[in-house]
This record gives sequence, structure tokens and C-alpha cells, in this order.
Amino acid sequence: MHIMEGFLPPLHCVGWGLASAPFVVAGTTRLKRLVAERPEARLTLAAAGAFTFVMSALKMPSVTGSCSHPTGTGLGAMMFGPAVMALLGTIVLVFQALLLAHGGLTTLGANVFSMAIVGPWVSWGIWRLSGRLGVSTAVSVFLAASLGDLSTYMTTSVQLALAYPDPASGYLGALAKFSGIFAITQVPLAVAEGLLTVVVMNALSQRVGEVSIK
Amino acid sequence: MRTLLMLLAVLFIIATPLVLGGTFKGTDDQASLAIEQTHPGYKPWFTPLWQPPSSEIESLLFALQAAIGAGILGYVIGRKHGMAAKPDVTP
Repeated sequence: MHIMEGFLPPLHCVGWGLASAPFVVAGTTRLKRLVAERPEARLTLAAAGAFTFVMSALKMPSVTGSCSHPTGTGLGAMMFGPAVMALLGTIVLVFQALLLAHGGLTTLGANVFSMAIVGPWVSWGIWRLSGRLGVSTAVSVFLAASLGDLSTYMTTSVQLALAYPDPASGYLGALAKFSGIFAITQVPLAVAEGLLTVVVMNALSQRVGEVSIK
Repeated sequence: MRTLLMLLAVLFIIATPLVLGGTFKGTDDQASLAIEQTHPGYKPWFTPLWQPPSSEIESLLFALQAAIGAGILGYVIGRKHGMAAKPDVTP
């Protein structure tokens, strides 16, 4: 789940907005170049965007007795690099902020940072690292997607802890509290996202003559 | 076969909490409650410009979001499948 509208102090909103903006601009440039150089990639790009759209709409129950949703940003990060996901993730977040009152416009910068930047970069990093270590493709995809998902919600917890330190236990106490809410709930959902990403990645790549994933 | 097993595992992960029980409130609501506890009287300084008028309309829009995504995803997978079936056709 994203940080709710009006729940971050104005200074934090501006700060996270400034931190996210360059990534979104770079993502837009990267996407334009990608489409110009490989027009055939448009189809797969649409699929990557569509996957985040579906995943972030599905609120699922977790063993903690609460609900959250996956992010779906790992798939595109592995196929096209993390930069483009900053833009695709932002589109999803704006849709949800405007039409669903989910997340918010004031908290958009912070939510873009966690879901459209940190998540995709972590996924991409793990994907590259596992590839180098000789881990099988399926396991690499699984690890990259699920840990990327988890890192998004760890970031959300950090963002809230910075804004609302606990009066008694300070920033670390607040971080433990918000991680307890966001990250623990997310663990089973991250596993589900990892598995679904492997399924979709197979469906997208296996059936074309060549494997288009680089 | 492996795909089927993975989908069954996902189903299991999602269904188990329902059997175990809980209130299944959103983590965002829980976070606002937690903030309320340590910072009593906190009022969000900005409210959403538009809110779905009821939870039915909200689920309609969430379902729409998922449907649009699933539609595009299915189209792309189907098209790639079709392209692979006729390798002489350049994409």
C-alpha cells in the first residue's frame, strides 16, 4: 500500500519529489530512445506496464490478517532496465491517486521513490547479480521480483519512520513499527509476486523464437 | 506443468490467510492508526481531490484497473504466441 494523501509533512513531500523527479525524467528519455531503436519492443513494453497495472490493483490478504498489494515493477526492470519503470510506475501511481484515492498527490514523490525507483533498481541488481553467479533464470527472476517488491515496502516504512519518529524509541523504534505493518504483511505477497513474475516472464519469452531478454 | 504448480502455490499463499482469519484491513489504514497513536490529533494536511463515493464504486475502479492490465497482457502474450507459430512472418 502507498503512503496516504496528506500523511507526509510538506517538507518531506518536496524532498521525495525532488529525489524522484530526475529518475522519472531519465526514464522518459530512456523509454523514447528504446522505442526509437527497437520499435518491436513496444509490445513487450506494453506488457510490462500492464503487469504493474494488474498487480498493483490486486489487494491480497496476508497471514498478518491485513491486506496489501504487490507492485509488479520487477518484470519490466528485468526486461528493459530499471530506468523505464520510473515512468511506468508513476503512471500507475497517478491513476490510483486521482481515481481511487489510493496513495496521493502530495505523497506521490515518496511513493514513486519506493515503488517506481527503489523496487525496480533492487530487482534489476539482483537479476544481474544472480545471472553473474550462474543462478538459473527462473530462480533469478523469482528472487529479483520478490525482493524488489519487499524493498518497496521497506522504503515505505523508512519514509514513514523519518516523518513520524516514535516519541519514546525514536527513528529506529518507528522503523520497527512501520516495518511490522508494511514489510511483514508483504512477505507472502512478495513470494506470490515472484512466482507470478516467473509465469508471465515464461509466457512472454518462451514462445517467441528467440529470448528477447538481455 | 511447472507453471501450473507455481499458480497453485500462489493460490495457496492467498487462500491460507483467509482460513487463518483476520480483519484484512489495508496496511495503509493500519499505518494511519499507528501515526494517530504516537501523534494524537494528527490531521492529514491534504485530502484526495476526488474519492470514490462508495466502496462499490471503489471496487469497480480497482477491477477496471486490473481488467485493463490483464487485457493488454493477454493480448501481448497471444500475439507473441501467434508470431512464434509463424516464424516466417517478421514482427
